[in-house]
Amino acid sequence: MIPSPLGLLQAFSLFAVVLLLARPLGGYMRAVMEGERTFLWPVLRPVERGVYKILRVDEKSEQRWTAYAVSVIVFSFVCILALYLQQRLQTYLPLNQGGTAGILPVAPDMAYNTSVSFDTNTNWQNYLGENTMTYLTQMAGLAVRNFVSAATGIAVALALTRGLVRKSMPTIGNFWVDLTRSTLYILLPIAFVGALVLVSQGVIQTFASSLTVHTLQGATQIIPLGPVASQEAIKELGTNGGGFFNANSAHPFENPTTISNWVEMLLILIIPFGLTNTFGRMAGNARQGWALAAVMMIVLATGSLVAMSSEERTNPSIPTAVAQNVDQSAGNMEGKEVRFGADGSGLFATVTTGTSTGAVNSMHDSFLPIGGLVPLFNIELGEITPGGAGAGLYGILVFSIIGVFIAGLMVGRTPEFLGKKIEAYEMKMAMLVVLFLAASILGFSALASATTAGQAGPLNGGPHGFSEILYAFSSQTGNNGSAFAGLSGNTLFYNIAGAFAMMLGRYAMIVPILAIAGSMAGKRRVAESLGTFPTTGPIWVGLLIGVIIIVGALTFFPALALGPIADQLLNNAGRLF
Amino acid sequence: MRNFLKSQLWPAIAILLTFTVITGVIYPVAVTAVAQVVFPGQANGSMVVVDGQTIGSSLIGQAFDDPKYFSGRPSAAGAGYDPTASGGSNLSSTSKALINAITVRVDAERKANGNAPVPIDLVTASASGLDPDISPAAADYQVARVAKARNITEDAVRALVAKHTSQPFLGFIGAATVRVLELNLDLDGLLK
Repeated sequence: MIPSPLGLLQAFSLFAVVLLLARPLGGYMRAVMEGERTFLWPVLRPVERGVYKILRVDEKSEQRWTAYAVSVIVFSFVCILALYLQQRLQTYLPLNQGGTAGILPVAPDMAYNTSVSFDTNTNWQNYLGENTMTYLTQMAGLAVRNFVSAATGIAVALALTRGLVRKSMPTIGNFWVDLTRSTLYILLPIAFVGALVLVSQGVIQTFASSLTVHTLQGATQIIPLGPVASQEAIKELGTNGGGFFNANSAHPFENPTTISNWVEMLLILIIPFGLTNTFGRMAGNARQGWALAAVMMIVLATGSLVAMSSEERTNPSIPTAVAQNVDQSAGNMEGKEVRFGADGSGLFATVTTGTSTGAVNSMHDSFLPIGGLVPLFNIELGEITPGGAGAGLYGILVFSIIGVFIAGLMVGRTPEFLGKKIEAYEMKMAMLVVLFLAASILGFSALASATTAGQAGPLNGGPHGFSEILYAFSSQTGNNGSAFAGLSGNTLFYNIAGAFAMMLGRYAMIVPILAIAGSMAGKRRVAESLGTFPTTGPIWVGLLIGVIIIVGALTFFPALALGPIADQLLNNAGRLF
Repeated sequence: MRNFLKSQLWPAIAILLTFTVITGVIYPVAVTAVAQVVFPGQANGSMVVVDGQTIGSSLIGQAFDDPKYFSGRPSAAGAGYDPTASGGSNLSSTSKALINAITVRVDAERKANGNAPVPIDLVTASASGLDPDISPAAADYQVARVAKARNITEDAVRALVAKHTSQPFLGFIGAATVRVLELNLDLDGLLK
């Protein structure tokens, strides 16, 4: 289970830089979200004030959790409706690079699925980016959702944090202000710099339409172009994952070099880890944040090692008569790019699913069964190691509440978190989050497995076909967006069922979480006593990892046994389907 | 109701429109403006131009079956290396279709290049279907065939392969690669 030394170095170089950046970025995010002056203030503050003027929102006014939740929902549904209309009308809008004959309106069920997908920060894609979407839809529709859905996640994470750290307050912040600040001060500047770094590596950024070339051997090749880098940067930074092209971050125009690959992984990880530090600062104890970062990093790093070492292996299904004539030292290269190799692919797969990103630089469907189990299990843990932009923090805080509750049961005392009592109401809301996720993943997978419409989806046979279905609904419920992409997702059944799973995974999580925020904000702080279970330090880290893994494993082990685990056993036995 | 319109619906619509302008128009246009000035080659697709003719992008693989050219990897993009349909095979490790494809490819490679073990990247489809690279092992494996087809020494071919080989960044990020299109152009003496 240990990858090659070079693979280890690659993983640890990435993780070390992520942890080094968590502190400064966490401090910066706390400052901007609290409305303090930062170095970008001279440029962006006038824009921010202009936005409030247009919105007619007073930045000093705050909302109770109910009003905050209504704002999140209303905003999301306005976005979904607008993106749906934009896709249906794109043929007649400007920047249709194919002309009116080239790019058609997106079909209603696919437009609905895509709209929900991008507005829930999922970026599940049932379409082929190259020839389904106009440049305008890509940049002024999809990429805008990459910004605002990530900003919504950050806003909700901040609202929950405020709820946990405030004393006897009725409000948890103002959604419109949080949304504006996280977009303008956090996402926009980092994406801008990131996009230019990616262009320097060869990611394209142009409004020219596709180019027809005559290849060295005299064939004709049509090369689609587009404003890719600006979308690529926010797609990773906002943990969205929706590719400009079908091959996503495996496409050389999205991810051309080993350096761009490393930078994209960095962009994916910095906000989720940085927010733990923001949380620690707001809680008045940086160690609170580091404890969460440690939990996330231990699970993420373990998964990376398993996935990388799995993909360094050879496929045991290749019969000996063939295998003896093949040099398989590069590992399992089906569905992988040479420049990333087995290690760079296994690492990216873990990073993109440990967060709710879902960009892929290799085809997870062609991973060996254990290599494919890692991304799947990452998603099913609830996207909290480290999870999406904002979504990771609010997810792991829910598990923290469950964690202190379990610790409280063990020692027989009322559980407390950050000096506040956790009572029946908070536990009910926390359990709702966990149960909705499990019910959506398992329920929809069961439905698809039992109906002809669902059974028509998988490309591969045997247990792997079931894995494709399970992965699809895990990914959509977890708002991840990656796929075992052999599945034919562009059918009425998968478009509609998937859209429901994505909405459940997003809003059935956010609303109970805001309820917890509201309830906790109104509570008084109780003095720490000998009986208080500390939520810092190694014992807490171990306990929280235990809770996360046990809840995930208990819920999903039976389904995983039917999918990747059976697949692994049959793969080793050389069975083919 | 009025309160809902004023404090919920209007801000939702207004902020979407505002951010569509800022993040959906100003941001990509600003990135394009800077990119086109600072990195024009990369921003426009790293195109390779020979005698005024664009013959492709150095980042996008092309199909090669002529024995005098190094061939790239099997491609699942359309009919092969079709950039309008990028993607992988998505076949699972237990797929009969995958094992059959690998078996056929191994036989074909051995017929063309002799009986040394075939590097795995030459018999497996890439993720994008447009992989511009092969591994140094896969290049080395084809050297004898290319040298014979061109009637030049293997050492001369090997020297060009070495010239177009990139090592992993800092020695440990990513894998070593050989850019196929550039190597083939150089063999033809077309690379300026």
